[in-house]
Amino acid sequence: MSVKHALLALLEQEPMYGYQLRVAFEERTAGTWPLNIGQVYTTLSRLERDGLVTAGETDSDGHQLYRLTAAGRAEVTAWFGSAVPRTQPARDELAIKLALGVSARDLDLADIIQRQRSATMKALQDYNRLKRKATDLGHELVLDSLIFAAEAEIRWLDHCEAQLRRTADRAVR
Amino acid sequence: MNTPVLHLEGVSRIHGSGELAVHALREVSFEAYAGELVAVMGPSGSGKSTLLTLAGGLDEPTSGRVVVEGTDLTAAGAGGRARLRRTAIGYVFQDFNLIPALTAAENVSLPLELDGAPSRAARAAAATALDELGIGDLADRFPDEMSGGQQQRVAIARAIVGQRRLILADEPTGALDSVTGEDILRLLRARCDAGAAGVLVTHEPRHAAWADRVVYLRDGVVLDDEDAGETVGARR
Ligand SMILES: Nc1ncnc2c1ncn2[C@@H]1O[C@H](COP(=O)(O)OP(=O)(O)O)[C@@H](O)[C@H]1O
Ligand SMILES: [Mg+2]
Repeated sequence: MSVKHALLALLEQEPMYGYQLRVAFEERTAGTWPLNIGQVYTTLSRLERDGLVTAGETDSDGHQLYRLTAAGRAEVTAWFGSAVPRTQPARDELAIKLALGVSARDLDLADIIQRQRSATMKALQDYNRLKRKATDLGHELVLDSLIFAAEAEIRWLDHCEAQLRRTADRAVR
Repeated sequence: MNTPVLHLEGVSRIHGSGELAVHALREVSFEAYAGELVAVMGPSGSGKSTLLTLAGGLDEPTSGRVVVEGTDLTAAGAGGRARLRRTAIGYVFQDFNLIPALTAAENVSLPLELDGAPSRAARAAAATALDELGIGDLADRFPDEMSGGQQQRVAIARAIVGQRRLILADEPTGALDSVTGEDILRLLRARCDAGAAGVLVTHEPRHAAWADRVVYLRDGVVLDDEDAGETVGARR
C-alpha cells in the first residue's frame, strides 16, 4: 500500500503536520488500515528529500506543517491517473490449506470449506452492519471493497466445493 | 421472540416416486422469528425454492409440519392457506410477477381486495405501502412503465401490504444491478427491523450478509452450522 501517495493526496488538499496526516488518513479510510506515526514521519522525510513536499512554517502550536511542491502535485495527478498495479498475491493461507488438503488423507475438505465459508460470512455480516451505519461515502466505498473481497472468497469456496463434488462423482462412476 | 412466525418441523418434500423420486428436502427444521431476516444459500437444486414455496403454502410437504403464525398449513386446507397467503404471508419473486394490466396501486391492493377488504380501505393500505417504499408517486404507473428496481419495489409493497408478518423472497435481486439490488435489501431489512420475519433466498454472499442468520442447504439438507467453527479438527 502506497503510504507515500496517500500522504501526497491528503497534502494536496491542505498543508498538514505529521500527526494530523495520520488522523486524516485513518478517518478517511474508516480506520481500516492503521498507520503508525513513525511510518508517517519516515515517509515525510523521504518525500522532502525527493522534493515532493517542503517542511515549512510551524502553526501556532509549534507543529511543523508540510506542503506539496509542484513536483508533488504532479506526482498526485499521475497517481490518480494511473491504474494501481496488481501486486504478486501475498501467500494465501486458505488457498494453501485447500491445496494441501486435497491430497491429505482422512480429511473432510467439504467440512473445512463450510467452516471457512461460515467464518467469512460472519465477517461479511460485520462489514454490512458497519456499512449500514456509515454516513460518509468514502467510508462506504472502503467497506464495499472489503465486502466484495470477502464475497469473492465465498464464491471461490463455493467453486472449490463444486469442483470437489464433481471429482468425487467422477471417481464413483 | 418466543414462538417463531415460521416453523418448519422435520419437513420432507419428495417429487415423484420410486426410481425417479427426487428428495427436494429431507427432514428440514427451520425457524424464522419476528424481527429477524434469515438468508438461505445453497447451490442450484439444493432445495431453496422448495423450502420457500412450502413456507408460503404454495406447496405441501410429503411429511412434517409447516406452521405460520401458529397455523399448521396442512391442517388449514387449501382455503385456509390461500387466506394466509392474502393476509399473513408476502412473497417476492425474482421476476417481480406483477400483473401487467394493473397499475402499481392495483397490484398492491389486489390481495386485500381478494380477501374481501373494502376497496377504499385496500387502496389506502396500498398507498401507505407504496409510500413506505418511497414510490408513492408511481401508484398509477403500469409495470411496463417502470424500471426493474421500481417494479421490485412494487412487488415488495404487495408483499408487505396489510401488516403481513412473514416475507419470503426468492432471489429478489437476481434481475437487478448491484446498487438497485442493495436498495431492495435495505427495504427488506427495514421491514424485518420493524417486526416482520423475513426469509431471503440468494446466491449472492454480499446480499446474504444483510441477514441476521445464514442457513446453508445441500441436497435438501440444512448444513449444521452449530459445529462449524467449534470443532477444531475436521478429521473423519
Ligand atoms: N415440481 C417438481 N418436480 C420434480 N422435481 C422437482 C420439482 N420442483 C423441484 N424439483 C427438484 O427438487 C430439487 C430442489 O429444487 P429447488 O427447490 O427448485 O432448488 P433451488 O431453488 O435450490 O435451485 C431439484 O433437484 C429440482 O429438480
Ligand atoms: Mg430456486
